[in-house]
Amino acid sequence: MAQTTAEGERPALGHYLKNHLREYGILIALVVIMVFFQVMTDGTLMKPVNLTNLFLQNSYIIIMALGMLLVIVAGHIDLSVGSVAGFIGALAAVMMVQWGLPTVVVIVACLIVGTIIGAAQGYWIAYWRIPSFIVTLAGMLVFRGLTLWLLNGQSVGPFPKGFQSLSTGFVPDIFGPDKPNITAFILGLAAATAIVIFAFRARARQQRYGIEDEPFIAFAVRNGVIALALAYISWLLATYRGLPNVLITMAVLISAYTFLTTSTTLGRRIYAIGGNEKAAKLSGIRTEWLTFLTFCNMGMLAALAGLIFAARLNTATPKAGVSFELDVIAAVFIGGASMSGGSGKIVGAVIGAFIMGVMNNGMSILGVGIDYQQVIKGLVLLAAVIFDVYNKSKQG
Amino acid sequence: MTTPILEMRGITKTFPGVKALDNVNLTVLPGEIHAICGENGAGKSTLMKVLSGVYPHGSYEGDIFYEGEAMAFRGIAESEARGIIIIHQELALVPLLSIAENIFLGNENASGGVINWPETYTRTTTLLRKVGLSEAPTTPVDKLGVGKQQLVEIAKALSKEVRLLILDEPTASLQENDSQKLLDLLIEFRAQGIACILISHKLNEIRRVADRVTVIRDGATVSTIDCKTEAISEERIIRDMVGRDMAHRYPPREVAIGEMLLEVEGWNVWHPEHAERQMIRNVSLNVRAGEVVGIAGLMGSGRTELAMSIFGKSYGRNISGEVRLRGQPVDTGTVPAAIAAGLAYVTEDRKGLGLVLPETILRNTTLSAMQKVSSYGVVDPGAERKVAEGYRTALKIRTPGVFQKVMNLSGGNQQKVVLSKWLFTDPAVLILDEPTRGIDVGAKFEIYGIINDLAAQGRGVIVISSEMPELLGMCDRIYVMNEGAFVGELAKGEASQEKIMSMIVKG
Repeated sequence: MAQTTAEGERPALGHYLKNHLREYGILIALVVIMVFFQVMTDGTLMKPVNLTNLFLQNSYIIIMALGMLLVIVAGHIDLSVGSVAGFIGALAAVMMVQWGLPTVVVIVACLIVGTIIGAAQGYWIAYWRIPSFIVTLAGMLVFRGLTLWLLNGQSVGPFPKGFQSLSTGFVPDIFGPDKPNITAFILGLAAATAIVIFAFRARARQQRYGIEDEPFIAFAVRNGVIALALAYISWLLATYRGLPNVLITMAVLISAYTFLTTSTTLGRRIYAIGGNEKAAKLSGIRTEWLTFLTFCNMGMLAALAGLIFAARLNTATPKAGVSFELDVIAAVFIGGASMSGGSGKIVGAVIGAFIMGVMNNGMSILGVGIDYQQVIKGLVLLAAVIFDVYNKSKQG
Repeated sequence: MTTPILEMRGITKTFPGVKALDNVNLTVLPGEIHAICGENGAGKSTLMKVLSGVYPHGSYEGDIFYEGEAMAFRGIAESEARGIIIIHQELALVPLLSIAENIFLGNENASGGVINWPETYTRTTTLLRKVGLSEAPTTPVDKLGVGKQQLVEIAKALSKEVRLLILDEPTASLQENDSQKLLDLLIEFRAQGIACILISHKLNEIRRVADRVTVIRDGATVSTIDCKTEAISEERIIRDMVGRDMAHRYPPREVAIGEMLLEVEGWNVWHPEHAERQMIRNVSLNVRAGEVVGIAGLMGSGRTELAMSIFGKSYGRNISGEVRLRGQPVDTGTVPAAIAAGLAYVTEDRKGLGLVLPETILRNTTLSAMQKVSSYGVVDPGAERKVAEGYRTALKIRTPGVFQKVMNLSGGNQQKVVLSKWLFTDPAVLILDEPTRGIDVGAKFEIYGIINDLAAQGRGVIVISSEMPELLGMCDRIYVMNEGAFVGELAKGEASQEKIMSMIVKG
């Protein structure tokens, strides 16, 4: 193909990076922030036990960020996810601790209830065109109130062991109980290999179409960093207790939603709705139905996050999930999603969530007060969005 | 020779990767109407942005002399202070504010921040009278039609003591009579010594009012024609614009009309918000295979409403009537159903309703029929690209590939992307609503060619247009519409502009 020109004729590396500053910028930002806290905390950040905690602490934010990305891409917002997560945690506690229902039944029931909650909100947003800000603000109040009512203002716990393992369990090492956990390391290596293989295949396909424009250096460095990081992190986790169950859940969900957003008609149509709803509707896309589904999905993921959070605390409290929605929304915007809808990537939202998570964790280790933590997180969010807008205006 | 009010010399403006303007020269004499013609993307708007300071001094090469002095505008405020006022294609009025508030927005009659309303209203009334409006100054702008809004914009320009008025395609969205009014106003301004730069695609207007015409092609000045010394011929301007001779404005077509495709009978539609207002009254129409049928009518006659109500009930309520395709009644109650039945609707509002602007040509092309390039809901990127590339080649979309975002394309290319999208659904009948609006002459010709191809493939085509010559040139049959009803039907041989107009006027 004519476009596959010789190496020297390709656009210069610097020029390419400048045009894709946002995509690399966020990854670089995460690395820089991690290195910064690693140095400042004298290596505590990357200690296996802390790393494990980091994943456990942020799993529910990341899981909700996946759903929130779709909501925001579709041009909406969901403020109720924190309250819904809290409510589902409370519901699970009541069902398990007070009624004694089996764990699996409760988990399935809670996910269904979460989906129904999402559907109830999505119905007004999609079919009645009530602004999502209003509907989910109402939902935020309603479900916070219902959480209090359900728990009678008390904490309810503890949960059965099986349920706790949802969050605090680890994948057992099939090679025996000795440290390091070989299974964890092998799974990490496998994931890293899979990512590299996928990347090469995607690049080969792009080359076949003549649309590949990433200089090989950038491609190699980007994927090399990701693969090495995965291998390194899995090694660190292996020297502690292995892979947390919740990490597996996250990995599966992240892969599934990446696939959904990039390769399926459903995902593509959601982007089209966010890009121009009227044009999408006149193109035969069932915009209302897809918007509705987006909120159902968000409700389900909020429920899952609520279950994981409750399992982690081993108790359901009336305060569970308070202000989660803000962390989730911040993660999606730091990850580069557009405020007007139509653009944003799953991987961006995940990295955005990690940036927030590493900052929370690092600042806590350093003993930065909660007051300054809030200020700093707020400024980081603002800076990320300003960077976006600045970048866009430069291109425009 | 009089000293020019404006002289732009050797203007060159480069964007990363493209030279938008290459050594452009433009001279405007005091009190003349100077028309600028050029295809979309030729650089007209860029030139005006250089002039008004949107692109500040230093970001371009070349010199601007205005009233004999060298100018170095750093922003639009500085050029406005010197009396250079631009009225953009997209109007910049605040819909919910009153006429008076809009006219003096940012330039209020105020002392110490307190607005002097009596003076504001008196001055507004005077200004409105100058442009021929009799509306109360307190009328909200969104209660006015587009034509009157345009006049409000001009009144706003007058309030700023305009010396050089720049109008960027002012009549693109105006009715015939509103356009006339606007052009008359320009002639009046000329008598008062206000110079005017008129950017327009409509050659008949240019011939009517312009003193001189400058043609720009591919970022360079091609020619300046003085209308006093030589007669303006449309052919000459078109030739300069597109760089080739255009023997026929409308490509010829072998007419081969076949079986009956679409029949609509007894179609009634009411307004979506005002339930008592009937928008479409008892309309019946039909299209046969290989036939191009036109719908003529003024803006607001209900043409778009008719088309959109047929296409998936996308407009109106209490819709009644029957739609048949090849003699069989079909359901067109939702857009997916209408598409499945074999209908396609190419909207008049390309950017608002036709395209997902931040997405690529590829994604817009397959949007309506993504299932054709996917299995089990998973898109096959290779097949998709093949489809998009196919339409890019067939419809001559002028881009390096299919991965450009459609927001960066010219109007003509955008329209071709919309057409690609609908062709990919393989419709039996296409309804094209103002298919050539805001498109330059060269691309128009290509769109006409595409319409002919569609008919030759045995599809039925309905063309809705405000440009009567276009309907007369393209259609086998023309329905005339007025106030929501069909008031006449003319076969190709008997149709003429006069006949259509008289049918509309007589109702």
